[in-house]
Amino acid sequence: MSTVAATTPTTMPTATTSAPTVDATVEPTLAFHDVAKVFATGTRALEDVSIDVRPGEFVSVVGPSGCGKSTLLRLAAGLDAATEGDIDVRADTTSFVFQEATLLEWRTAQRNVELVGELAGVGAAERRRRAAETLELVGLKGFENQHPRALSGGMRMRVSIARALVAEPQLALFDEPFGALDEITRLKMQTELQRLFQLKGFAAMFITHSISEAVYLSSRVLVMSGRPGRIVDDIELPWSYPRSPELRYEPEFGRIVGHLSHALEAHS
Amino acid sequence: MSQNLALKARSAGTDATAAEATAVDAAASTETTTATMAARPARSKGTGGIVRAAWSRALPIVAALLGIIAVWYAVSYLLLSESRRFLLPPPHQVLAETIGNDKIIGPMIAALGQTITVALIGLAIAVVIGMGWAIVMSQWTMAEKILYPYAVILQTIPILALTPLIGIWMGYGLPARIVVCVIIAVFPMISNTLFGLQSATPAAHDLFTLQKATKWQRMTKLMLPAAIPSIFTGLRQSAGLAVIGAIVGDFFFQQGSQGIGGLLRTYTLRLNMEPLFLAIIFTALFGVIVFSIFAALDRVVVGRLFGVATR
Repeated sequence: MSTVAATTPTTMPTATTSAPTVDATVEPTLAFHDVAKVFATGTRALEDVSIDVRPGEFVSVVGPSGCGKSTLLRLAAGLDAATEGDIDVRADTTSFVFQEATLLEWRTAQRNVELVGELAGVGAAERRRRAAETLELVGLKGFENQHPRALSGGMRMRVSIARALVAEPQLALFDEPFGALDEITRLKMQTELQRLFQLKGFAAMFITHSISEAVYLSSRVLVMSGRPGRIVDDIELPWSYPRSPELRYEPEFGRIVGHLSHALEAHS
Repeated sequence: MSQNLALKARSAGTDATAAEATAVDAAASTETTTATMAARPARSKGTGGIVRAAWSRALPIVAALLGIIAVWYAVSYLLLSESRRFLLPPPHQVLAETIGNDKIIGPMIAALGQTITVALIGLAIAVVIGMGWAIVMSQWTMAEKILYPYAVILQTIPILALTPLIGIWMGYGLPARIVVCVIIAVFPMISNTLFGLQSATPAAHDLFTLQKATKWQRMTKLMLPAAIPSIFTGLRQSAGLAVIGAIVGDFFFQQGSQGIGGLLRTYTLRLNMEPLFLAIIFTALFGVIVFSIFAALDRVVVGRLFGVATR
């Protein structure tokens, strides 16, 4: 790790090998224009934040804890209003994956996923079919009728992801979804999420405190400073999808993780 | 060269990790499956399994009852001299002099029936009022601020001071007794339901907000289901209090037809020890039965709803 960091160049190379193709002329799915957020308590959480997330992009945000990463996501979801600036969302459906699986304990996996259709007034047969399909997609076929209490942490998160994807969102927001999982489950879930991202083609904004998770999953990584949060670095990653788990052990991967760690330390 | 080797070793390590990950997830799945399978045979054993489960639950209660009877005999025969034994007549004597005696057992059963009626009607009203009160408070912060103090007043008011007044205002019939019963029983329903309605996490509320759920959907699909375990806790507590409430009403309202509480007082004044003890036994049994019914209901409903028996 330290040897990698020592050889980190001061400037990052631009994408060379088969970078993910994102058309910069396409309207962004999510756009922040000079957004600031000041809480009622007077705390400045975000300042001067401008971000574009285009269709097909997987954008991760890393930052020190308490820097306003989650606030950023709540603003994007419309759960909170910005104090200054504009936020444009060009998506019919936006979904949100929470830190905890946030399942309704009294509903089976199947009925947890069906909830989305229920609230939107989708017919019973249709929402049943879609929920079953989505659960199969996240690898939970055979567990449809289990209650959350009978599922492991990883499986609960899979149900949560199925619930987010069942409505075919154009924009998916992730708030440190794997933070509570053990390392092995976490790596597995990263591979899984990458597969779903490729399959479904949603634009993703992903909050995490793990730099390697961000680098492995994302087409772009943004680094936020400590409070008030600003975007201090914006790195495009040079690899296309699908990415093999082995990528984590490539020297280039280590170099980029090192670079981001430095950026993070310098601004926390 | 050595770097290359290290890299190879590393990637071999990755393979191992990946394999491990699969193994772990597989283990997790089998774990879940075995858990389910373990639960299923117990259920499919049918009545035999249920009887055994009921017996294992009842055993401590039976043991406790036997303990009480043993102590009762011990006090009656070892502690009290024969001249003072009337203070605590032994159990068989209590039963012998009351159960067979129509003049005692007849009125007592009638009185018990009346008290049970008051308790059940009072409980039903307390449940409706308590849940309604809590639902209103859960909808508006202002309503909670205004209404909660009244609930606390109901709880802290010395009911013994209020009961005679209720008798003067409402007479001494069943309505007055039911009112006393409701006042005593309603608070756990209010506080537990409110606690349950507020137990859904902020993230779960966010989920409903993101799906643009209506107030009605949020109440019926999130807040009420989340409150069900607490509501059952409230039911259990309120049921116990409803029994006490009905007896307190009886005790104060000697005028009018007597409930079991009224008989308790009469027997006490006349030092009718055997019937007094039978009345005490009846009221105690009534309380235990009501509590047990709601505890069992709680286990069945909450266990079924949440998939795994947790109590």
